[in-house]
Amino acid sequence: MTNTGKNTAAAKDPDDRRLNITLKVNGRECAVSVDPRMTLLDCLREVLHLTGTKKGCDHGQCGACTIHIGGRRVNSCLALAAAHDGDEIVTIEGLGTPGNLHPMQQAFLENDAYQCGYCTSGQIMSAVALLREPCGASDADVREFMSGNICRCGAYPNIVKAIQQARRALGGL
Amino acid sequence: MQFFDLIRASSRPDAVAAGAVSSTAQQGASVRFLAGGTTLVDLMKLGVERPDRVVDINRLGLDDIRKEANGDLFIGATARNSDLAQHPLVRDSYSALSQAIMAGASTQLRNAATTAGNLLQRTRCMYFRDLASPCNKRVPGSGCPAIGGTNRMLAILGTSEACVATHPSDMAVAMMVYDAVVHVQGASGDRQIPLMDFYVLPQERPDIENVLGPGDLVTHVILPAPPQGERSIYLKLRDRASYEFALVSAAVAVTLANGAIASARFALGGVGTRPWRIHEAERALVGQAPGEKAFRDAAEICLAGARPQSQNGFKVELAKRCIVHAFKQITH
Repeated sequence: MTNTGKNTAAAKDPDDRRLNITLKVNGRECAVSVDPRMTLLDCLREVLHLTGTKKGCDHGQCGACTIHIGGRRVNSCLALAAAHDGDEIVTIEGLGTPGNLHPMQQAFLENDAYQCGYCTSGQIMSAVALLREPCGASDADVREFMSGNICRCGAYPNIVKAIQQARRALGGL
Repeated sequence: MQFFDLIRASSRPDAVAAGAVSSTAQQGASVRFLAGGTTLVDLMKLGVERPDRVVDINRLGLDDIRKEANGDLFIGATARNSDLAQHPLVRDSYSALSQAIMAGASTQLRNAATTAGNLLQRTRCMYFRDLASPCNKRVPGSGCPAIGGTNRMLAILGTSEACVATHPSDMAVAMMVYDAVVHVQGASGDRQIPLMDFYVLPQERPDIENVLGPGDLVTHVILPAPPQGERSIYLKLRDRASYEFALVSAAVAVTLANGAIASARFALGGVGTRPWRIHEAERALVGQAPGEKAFRDAAEICLAGARPQSQNGFKVELAKRCIVHAFKQITH
């Protein structure tokens, strides 16, 4: 990327401009030093090596990067890491483990709610957040609340089935 | 993304002072306030926004939503769109606002996006977002390829020879109907700006989108209490059922008395260079019996100045039908 020369800040050494922050990721305190430009998505993947969160569009349009901050789902690609010092973050790695899946993860497995799997962690993070949101009972309500997660394989019907199954299992319906 | 310093404002005066360093608060600002980041970070990645300094205003306690003693609704600048849409006071008394917010973006975006950020969000005109294209809003004087180009989604009202970009907000359309007042803390004191006077038309300088100057910090928005018995609705017409910008939308609020329209307020989204409200069209409804003819007459007045582009002529009739349908739905 070229600089216009107008921006005097751009001439400084980027290493001088790193910020020291602490993120609480999946219950663990993580002290990291980040470039102000680094998104939470890149910080999770490239610094903390939590690669379950995916980079799709990188512009807040596809939902592959969905994580929970303070219990609410957001697009981590549009969040600057340094603006989230001290925040509680949950990623797909914090939901369950291979031997002890979150009921939503289990429901996605049982309903074959994916094909290539690239969008799946974002879908599941949205689906788990949806359990706490004022989402109506119908399939149409689920589709509306899940519209921020795109699946190019088109696994939508089974994603809705998985979410409805998990809601019933968890007493949410 | 170009380098920038990220600082966290410790107080409102601190934020105002940091912002006042910039020569403009419009396109090309060297200092930007960061709230939800859903517009700003996106545009910084594209290179459309290139601030030297980003001032985080998320921890200034600007996120309250409450009813004031006089009945006004106080909406903090950094209240999240989700919280505003779901707030009982909003759902009960300002339902078109709740519906408008829920009709926009996705849950993830609404959880991050804020009141002030939504008011200040930028157009989705593809030429504005593409550094390889000329754009008078991004680079004044460079030209407008949307005129005669890809303009199906763009504006038919408030356009100029320099710009036909649509204002993208749903929330602002409903707020305009509710006579929102934007409260600003600035370097030279506090100001109150009616939302009707907040946005400026593009004319020859589409890079100037609103009346904010360097250092101006939106602190909150006030919505006066609506008239007793007012019903309101937000109707959004779009190419797909969810997570899509409006082709046309209408926020409509009405009170009835003795079988006639006692008061009417409405504004349009998706068709104007700013949210579009015409008081003359509302006055034409007062005293009329609710029905197709009265609604259509008001719609005609509202759209009288429409100037469609090469691909969006359909918006003129669609907007009229949107107004009529929305009024019918709440007066049936």
